[in-house]
Amino acid sequence: MGLLDETALWLLGGVVVILVIASTTAWLLGRKLGVTSTITNLKQRINAWWLMVALIGAVLAAGETVTVLLFLVLSLLALREFITISPTGRGDHKVLVWLVFIIPAVHYWFLWEHWYGMFSVFIPVYAFLFLPARNALAGQTKGFLQRSATIQWALMVCVYAISHAPALLQLPVAMELGREAAEGSSPGSGGATGAHLLLFLLIVVQGSDVLQYIWGKTLGKHPIAPSVSPNKTWEGFIGGVLSATALGAALWWLTPFSPLVAAAFALVSCVMGFAGGLVMSAIKRDRGIKDFGSTIPGHGGIMDRLDSLCFAAPVFFHLVRFFYT
Amino acid sequence: MPPLARRALARTISGFAGARVMGADGGSDPQLPDQAIYYANHSSHLDFLTIWAALPAELQHRARPVAAKDYWGTGVRKAVVERVFNAYLVDRHGSSSTRRRESDSGVSPKGQIAGMTEVLDAGDSLIIFPEGTRGDGESIAEFHGGLYRLAQHNPEIPVVPVTLANMGRILPKGEFVPVPHLSTVVFCDPIHPKPDEDRQSFLTRARDVLVKCLAEHQRREDAQ
Repeated sequence: MGLLDETALWLLGGVVVILVIASTTAWLLGRKLGVTSTITNLKQRINAWWLMVALIGAVLAAGETVTVLLFLVLSLLALREFITISPTGRGDHKVLVWLVFIIPAVHYWFLWEHWYGMFSVFIPVYAFLFLPARNALAGQTKGFLQRSATIQWALMVCVYAISHAPALLQLPVAMELGREAAEGSSPGSGGATGAHLLLFLLIVVQGSDVLQYIWGKTLGKHPIAPSVSPNKTWEGFIGGVLSATALGAALWWLTPFSPLVAAAFALVSCVMGFAGGLVMSAIKRDRGIKDFGSTIPGHGGIMDRLDSLCFAAPVFFHLVRFFYT
Repeated sequence: MPPLARRALARTISGFAGARVMGADGGSDPQLPDQAIYYANHSSHLDFLTIWAALPAELQHRARPVAAKDYWGTGVRKAVVERVFNAYLVDRHGSSSTRRRESDSGVSPKGQIAGMTEVLDAGDSLIIFPEGTRGDGESIAEFHGGLYRLAQHNPEIPVVPVTLANMGRILPKGEFVPVPHLSTVVFCDPIHPKPDEDRQSFLTRARDVLVKCLAEHQRREDAQ
């Protein structure tokens, strides 16, 4: 089925089993402790996980094109949340039209074409230089650097960084036939191996978020950065990252890595994911908001869910590309 | 328009505007009266669309946005606002200069008020923008007098303040392509004109509700 082979289906089956356990536990907790806001939030979160897992499974089954489209939509939703909290003004409107309607679509087009060279330079080079130039033409100089920098940041995080997750789908061709053969290979040519890489990253990074939440809620005492996020504790961080690293090592059979390399890559991804969550918390704290939005019930906005993936995906992508292609 | 198509259109508008609909208490399910005079701050052409889209289905088909004839009164625009949104078109300034002065001083030309009271008498709701024109989205201009006259016309009809945050960033004045941002529509608690309240104090009170609510919901604090 599309990019899903039997192995991936077993893996998704395993995730479903975990969700069944989670839903049952939440239900039992609710019966025992009564309906508190924490329990309601927990149930909302788990229900949202069901939907997110179903969505990922469905798009992978439908193939690379649909998966790339999903991530384009996620990028656009994240971008909308990000510019909402940015200090942009009416003078930036024309540049925001480029930012939202043109650049992400072109970037994802290069991604879909497997044109790695253009995929990797389009935003950091061309969009980076074009956007401030267009904005200078608009003539508003007040807060220019701050506004331009925010727009660049939004683009890098919401579009460039997130797009490295679906970019994993095209790595298997480079692994087998070399980087030159991979350039311009057809969409879907990464096959099930590509889907395994993406699932590995998603399970490890999102698993790390969940495990940090669980460790933090049960044992958390010493905050890491109290002025940024009182919910992030050393106990949650260490417990979450180590258990998610173990999870990654246990999933080595899914990847071309040895168990030790799988553990190392998982560790790097989890630490990057933590950094992403911390950075986004700092932004939210500065803007005086709790969540980026309310798109995903229980979780907040799209960016609240993807903050860790933003930081983990590009690094994981380049680790795999550097060492395995 | 068939009800189903209307709902689909309303969903599309709300989705594009990323509109979060809230009551005064912060809950997501505001209690709205069957008939009302909705008034809101104005910074975008999307304003009346978004309020219209945010209304529950049973109130939506009886809510008539008031739109300026000089902008919406011709061609395709007219067809769309009248047929789809059941808008009530008014002459903003009239043609004579005396009327214009009257309007600027906060007294609306008589004719347009009479038309709007007919809408109310027919049992429909109105959606109006008492600033009279689109602002920059940051501040709220002084209100024109029409709101007071409408509120006085039938004090039984609740006057519902609606605060719109971020609409002016999605489609600012003078721009043609809307850029998606998340926006907020807050239906505040209804206000009523007090028996001894004069025009200016009612208008000030009505405006203050929006000013206060907007300050709470405007997400960017140090925006330029």
